[in-house]
This record gives sequence, C-alpha cells and structure tokens, in this order.
Amino acid sequence: MSETHAEAGLAYVRETMLPPLEPPLTETGAIKWIRENLLSSWLNVILTAASIFVIWFLLSHIIPWLWHTVWNAGSLNECREVRDALWGPDVPSACFAVIHERWNQFLFGFYPAELYWRPVLALVLFFVALAPVLFSEKVPGQLLVVTVVYPFVGPWLIWGGSFWFPGLIALGFVAAWLAWRLTSSRWGAIVGTLAAIAAAVVWWGVLTPLLDDGINRLVGGLKMEATEARLAEAVETLPQRISALEETRDALDIRIREAEERKAELIAQIVEARANGRVDALDTLRTELLAQMRLLTDLRLERQELSQRIGRLSAELSETSGLLSSIRSLPERLAALPELKRKERELRDALPPEAAALGRLVPIPPDLPAEAAEALKAWRAAADAVTTAEQSIQHTYAAVALTGLKPVTSREIGGFMLALIIGIAGIVLSLPLGILLALGRQSELLIINKSSVAFIETIRGVPLIVWLFTASLLLNYFLPPGTNFDLMLRVIIMVTLFAAAYIAEVVRGGLAALPRGQYEAAAALGLDYWKSMRLVILPQALKISIPGIVNTFIGLFKDTTLVVFIGLLDPIGLTNTVRADSAWNGIYWELFVFIGALFFIFCFGMGRYSIYLEKKLHTGH
Amino acid sequence: MTTVTDPRSESFRLSQLIYDTRYRSLTIQAVAMALIVLMLSWLVSNTVQNLQALGKDFDFGFLFERAGYDINQRLIEYDSNSTHGRAALVGILNTLLVAFLGCVTATVLGIFAGVLRLSKNWLVSRLMAVYVEGFRNVPLLLWIIAFFAIMTEAMPAPRAFRTGEAEMALFDTVAVTNRGVYIPAPVLHDGAGVLITVLLASLAGIWAFRRYARRLQDETGRILPVGWISLAILVLPNLVAYFLLGRPITLDYPELGGFNFKGGLHLRNSLIALWLALSVYTGAFIAEIVRAGILSVSKGQTEAAYALGLRPGRTMRLVILPQALRVIVPPLISQFLNLTKNSSLAIAVGYMDVRSTLGGITINQTGRELEGMLLLGGFYLAASLIISAVMNFYNASIKLKER
Repeated sequence: MSETHAEAGLAYVRETMLPPLEPPLTETGAIKWIRENLLSSWLNVILTAASIFVIWFLLSHIIPWLWHTVWNAGSLNECREVRDALWGPDVPSACFAVIHERWNQFLFGFYPAELYWRPVLALVLFFVALAPVLFSEKVPGQLLVVTVVYPFVGPWLIWGGSFWFPGLIALGFVAAWLAWRLTSSRWGAIVGTLAAIAAAVVWWGVLTPLLDDGINRLVGGLKMEATEARLAEAVETLPQRISALEETRDALDIRIREAEERKAELIAQIVEARANGRVDALDTLRTELLAQMRLLTDLRLERQELSQRIGRLSAELSETSGLLSSIRSLPERLAALPELKRKERELRDALPPEAAALGRLVPIPPDLPAEAAEALKAWRAAADAVTTAEQSIQHTYAAVALTGLKPVTSREIGGFMLALIIGIAGIVLSLPLGILLALGRQSELLIINKSSVAFIETIRGVPLIVWLFTASLLLNYFLPPGTNFDLMLRVIIMVTLFAAAYIAEVVRGGLAALPRGQYEAAAALGLDYWKSMRLVILPQALKISIPGIVNTFIGLFKDTTLVVFIGLLDPIGLTNTVRADSAWNGIYWELFVFIGALFFIFCFGMGRYSIYLEKKLHTGH
Repeated sequence: MTTVTDPRSESFRLSQLIYDTRYRSLTIQAVAMALIVLMLSWLVSNTVQNLQALGKDFDFGFLFERAGYDINQRLIEYDSNSTHGRAALVGILNTLLVAFLGCVTATVLGIFAGVLRLSKNWLVSRLMAVYVEGFRNVPLLLWIIAFFAIMTEAMPAPRAFRTGEAEMALFDTVAVTNRGVYIPAPVLHDGAGVLITVLLASLAGIWAFRRYARRLQDETGRILPVGWISLAILVLPNLVAYFLLGRPITLDYPELGGFNFKGGLHLRNSLIALWLALSVYTGAFIAEIVRAGILSVSKGQTEAAYALGLRPGRTMRLVILPQALRVIVPPLISQFLNLTKNSSLAIAVGYMDVRSTLGGITINQTGRELEGMLLLGGFYLAASLIISAVMNFYNASIKLKER
C-alpha cells in the first residue's frame, strides 16, 4: 500500500491508527452511570432525592438498632441493663436475646426436646422425596421409592405411634388399586373407579380400626408381662432420676445466682468507670460483661432444658403408674365386661317401644311417661358403661402394644414446624385436587361441570378465616355423632380445599390458553379422555400455569399464620405466648423481624424456584 | 357412490351404558349425581342428628333478639339494646368501609409503585422492587399486627401533646396518638344541602361538557382545553355558592381536653392499622399487575404513536393505557376481592367487622354457630359475587371489540 501512496506523490500518509482519546469524564464510568440512571431529567433528580431520603430515613432507624443488638439476656429488663452498661441509655438497641432464648420454641413449639430429630428427619426426607420430582434430570429415578413411601413415613415420624398403623393406611391404596385392576378390565372404568373408592372406604372406615385393634390385642397380649415388669421397674427408678435431676437443677440455680451477682457487679463497675472517666478500663469491662452474659445465658438455657426434662419425667411417671394400674386391673375389667353387656341387653329389652325409638343420643322429650324416661336413662347409663369399659380395654392394649415411636399429640406441635406441616400438606394435597376440579370445570358433562363451579366459587368467595372457624366450630355438626378428630387434621383439610379451589382457577386459565388444535390433535390420534389429558393437554397447560400455581402455594404458606385464631400455636401465636411471660412483656419488633425474615426466605425461595422452572420448561424461541 | 346404512336397530343392552359413548356420559353423570346426593344427604342427616343430640334447632330468630353488647365503631345508630341483626349490619358496614378505603389506597399505591418500578431511575426502581418483594413475601397478618404495634407502641400518648413532647401535624389539625388518629370533622349547617346539590350539578356539568368536547372533536377536529374548563366548572360555582350561602360547611378541629382529644373525627388504631396494612400489602400485588400490564404493550405501539406525532402524555393516555388496562383489570378485580376477604383479619386488631359482630360475639352469646356461620359465609359470598359482577361489567366495556 505504502508504495502506491509514494507513487501518488503524497508526502506523508499516516499508516497506523491514532490511539483513541479518553472519552470525556462525564461519559465514562460511575459518572456516566449516575447521569444516565439517576439524574437524566428534572423529574429523575427529584425522584432520586426522594429515594435517598427514604433510604436514609429507614436505614438511620434500622442500622443503629441492629448494630446495638443484645444477644444474651434473660428478660427485656436485663436487655436494657446490658444496653445501658455497654452503650448508654439513649441508644436504640435490638434485643434478639428473646429469639436466642426461645429459638427451639419458635421452631418446634412444645414438641419434646429429645424427639427433635424426628421432625428434622421428616423434613430432610421430604426434600429427598421431593428431589426426583423437582429436579428430575439431576437426580436418579430410584429415589422415587422414597417419594412413594414418604406420605406414610413422614406423618408417622412426626406424630409417632406403632409402625403398623401407617402400613395399614398404605394398604388402603393397595386395596383400591386391586379393586380397580379386578373390576375395570371386565366392567370398564366407571365400575372400576366406584369399586376402588368403595374398597378404600371399606378398608379405612371398617377394616383398619378392626385390624389395628386386633394387632394391638395380639401384640399387647404377647408383651403384657414384659411391659408390666418394665413399668414396675420404671415406677421404682423414675422418682430417683427425677430427684437426681432436681439436685442438679438446684446446683445450677446456685451457679446462676452467682453469675447474676457477678453480672451486677460488672455493671456497677462499668457505671463507676464511666463516671470516673476511666476509658481504658471500660473496654475490658465491657468484654467481660459480654462474656458473663454468654455464660449466664448458657446456664439459663441448661436450666430451662433441665426443668423441661424434669417436667416430662414427672408426666412419664404419672403416665407409667397409670398404665401400670390399668394393666393390673385388665383381667378384672375383661372379666367384668360380659356382665356389663348382659345387664345392658336386659335393660334394652325392658325398654318400652316409644323410649327405645329415641336411641342413645336424642334428648328425652318432656312428654315421655316418667317410667319410660327412667328406664331409658338406666339403659343409656348401662350402654355408656359398656362403651367406656370397651374403650378403656382397647386403650390399655394399644398402650402396651405400642412398638415404634413415642406418640406426640398435635397440641405439642407449634412454631415454624406447624406452619411447614400445614403448608406442605396443603400444597401436596391441593395440587391434584385442584387439577381435578379444573378438569371438572372444563368438562362438558353438565352435572360435573356445575358441581365443580359451585364448589370452586363457594370456596373462593368466602375468606379462609371463616373456613377455619367452620373447621373448628362446625365440622363436628357435619360428621357422625361422637366423632371427634384432630384440630390440626381439620385445618389441613380446610386449607387443602381452599387452595385447591384457587389452583383449579389457575389451571383452568392454563387449559383455556391452549389452542383448540391441541385438543383436536389429541382426539385425532385416538387418545381417550384421560390419555389425551395426561399426555397432551395437562403437560402444556400446567407449564403455562406454573407462576400462578406457585403464587397460590406462596399464598397458602403465608395463610398458615391464620391458624392462630383457632388456637393453634403458629409463630405469630407464639409471640403472644412469649409476651405473656412477664420477662418479655412489651417486646414486639424483634419478634416481628424474626418471623417476617423466616417467612420471607421461604416465600422468596419458592418464587425464585418458579422462575427457574419457567426457564427450564420454556420451549419457545 | 356412497351407501348410507342405518345403524342396526338392535335392542338396547345394559352394557351399552358403560361401553357406548352415546350413553356413557349419561352414566357418568348419573353416578356423579348419586354420589353427590349421597354425600350431601349424609352431611345433612349428620347435622340433623347432632343438632337433635344437642337439643338445638335451626332458627334465625336470634337476629331479632337484643344483642346486649357494644360496638366501638359504628356508622349507623346502634347501642347494646339493638338487635343482633342490627349488630350484624353495623359489622357489615364496617367491613365495607375498610374494604373501600383499602381498595382506593391500594390502587393508588400500586399504580405508583408499578410505574416507578419500571422507571429508568435505578434507585427508584430498586426501592420499589424491595417494597414489592418485601410486602408480598411476608404474611399479611404479620403486617397488620406490626402496624397496630406501631400505632399503639410507637406513637405519643395524648399526654405528650400537653407537655409539648409531641405536636399536631398539618397546621395543628391532625393528632396522631397511641389511642388513634384525630382528624377534623366536617359539620353541616343550614344550606349544606344546597352546596352539595351545586357540587353534584357541577360534576354533571363536567360530564356533559366532556361529551360535547368529544363530539366537537370528532366532527370538526377542533380540540378544546378540556382540562382547564373542567377545573373551572368544578371550582367556580362551588366557591361562589360556598361564600354566598355563608360557609354552610365548617370543620370541627380536635382539641386536647382532659386526658384525651375531644372533637373532630376519631379514627381508631384498629381501623388505621387494618387499612394501612391491607393497602400496602395489596398495593404490592397491584404494583406487579400494573407493571405486567404496561410491559405487555409492545414497544412498537409507543413508536407508532410517536410516528403519528402524538406527544408522550397523549401516547400514554390514548395508546398505551387502554391496551394495558385490558391486561390489568381482570387480576385487579381479584385483588379487590382478596382485599375484601382479607379484611376479615380484623380479628387480629379487634376491629368490629362483620366477622367480629355476627361471626364472633353474636355466635358466642347465642350459641348459634351453624346459623351465624351460614349468614357470614353468605355475606362474603354475596359481596364477592357482586364486586366481581360489577367489575366484570366494567371489564367487558373496555375489552377489545373483536369482529
């Protein structure tokens, strides 16, 4: 090239590029970014100023408060004492010591401390069971076995009981499946479905209680003597263990008192040092005070655990001696039962017909002749006695036969564990139900369509709180007289129905968004209704509905806090328990911040997962 | 040539009910119907038996009995000698009040936050993102309790106003205390009715003028300064009437008297906390809806509007908003419904809504759980259906008119 230039007679041609000049200062780096993003127009300048003001306002309140956090204290007053000593009285200071002290309570409610491994294991297993469903491409398919077994193992871990009971429940599904296999091939799907439902209902409603009782009697009979010996020994040894623990507790009390005195001394020294202006001594004293508070808190937590253990041992003692006496009286009660039954039969046969028609539950009308009323009352008392005797025998056998995990009642479950149990159960159960309801609402069969619409609209039109009150106040009206089942189970059922109605609407949106051609193509391939739904329609419709479904789940998880109004101890309910303790009376923000943060983590995490899933399943361009 | 063969007229066999698609749907429906009827009759018979065992009957007569309890916030006349039915009505009005206030503020907040989240200003959009995510992912109940705690714990006691530790806001007209907020109350004197009539008339005038201006523009292309003229129609006649009638509406300002504020309108903490919490919580959801709605209008629409020579304001009003509203309105309706239903969380702060009166104290006093809960559920269901019917009507009117 240069030659051509030279030939052209040009004196000088620059052959290399000039290095580019630095752009002007206002067009590079941070300044450019600020100009473009914060100060591009007058409106933006105002907005930026306003935002800075808001952020400054919030942070200037929150940061000093968080910075001066007291982590170790036994009461709100002690928190303030420590704050006064460390930073002075006017400093805003958070007292997260309350979370430190009540940590276990916030997570587990009043679940027995030595059994914490059970809900933790249940949670871990839940994630193992969930992994093959959520991350199907990264996890071996064999893990699906855990997924299938988990619905029976998980609740068993949490509530405890004999190991055969979850097995009996699981067999109900096997019975339904067998009934389906046997009947559907010969008489078609409708009969098969009905047979499966009937088999499951018969299995759970009739056979399971009978089988459970039978196994209890068998195992209980076998274990009776060994159990009696064990219990008798326990009744001997338990009081000794309790008194030993009580001695430890007393020793601990003395140490706590000493530590408290030392704390008071340190605080007094700090106050004095500050008054005298001895700044060098202040720092060491402060460190010492913090260490002392840590020690004190450890001691107190130890004492708290100890006294809980003593309480549980005392409860166990009274339980054991109760069971022991009922074991010892068992032969007697068994022998007395036929006599009770005979008496009841005699009284029943002697009833005048107008009294016999009233049965056991109906209140005695005032116009019944006095004689008949007396006879009726006597028979009812005898019948009640038979029922009570039978039940107490059954209970004794069940208690002796118990092989597996120690039972825990729903009343002891609380805190985030409760929210998670209700939330997870509601989520897992409501998805299939919601999909069925959505299909029902899309169905061309008039009755199924209308009943789905009525169900969905009724559930959605009424607030969850009203449904929860229905569960706690009214459910006993709708069930056969005398049934009384767990409040937590009722709540789970209600929450499930509630979420299912919302999911049904979300899925319906997805179904409606599919082009009509998809339905027609599935029909053209010769697929029947369920196959076309399963293989063609639902995979696409559910993919569209993912954001809505996850939003419903997030809403459900947040709504678990509402159970506080019917007396369950969810995290918000526990804040009232904490404040009812005179030591923590008047503490608000720390509790709110803690609970809010935990809920935020869960819900935000679910939201992020839905975004991940949307991206993963995105098959468009 | 095709031959059409009639289906062989064979006699109907029972198995056709299961295998023949012509009859199968009938079978399925009959079976479903039977199951549903069986289920319902089981529930009803259980209920009848249980009621009988408890010696109760099913009767709504309690609505006409004396209630015997007080309600601290009432929009209509009520005292403890009124009936349970009246108490339920007071509760219903309280529910509707907080739902209405909440819907209005939540919409305003949501539109602001949704638009600002799309702002090019990095700081503002991040701030709004924090607001939206923070409020959406934390239970509403916690927000209600937190707002209530802010009102009762962090606000000054009325005593503090006497000692000068706290001051009234907005030129000494509004007092925010830990017992509630006191605001000026309007007092109607003689002639207030005339003034209100004038106000309504001026509103009607604005509506008529806007119709006229629109027709004028359609026919001749002339554009009138609609905004200014509307403002004049609104302000001038009312101002003139106000002074001509001798100031028929005055404000009653709250004043510190004794241990508490007297005069003015007392907004209780329960109302304030519920209202604010419902507004900011639902506002966060509405912000997301608004953002999605605006994003759903493709950029080409804006560019096309600019190409036509429309200014940014008109582009927004005439091109973007009508299209965005079509996406925004349906989910907005369900947010309004959610807010109305969520107002039942009033129980957390002791606000006397319909659940607290009819579904709470009345049930406890009369022992009529079944009837009370049925009425309560019926009210919420009716309210939901009415709101969604009204909003669906509005939605249909702005919907894309397709051929």
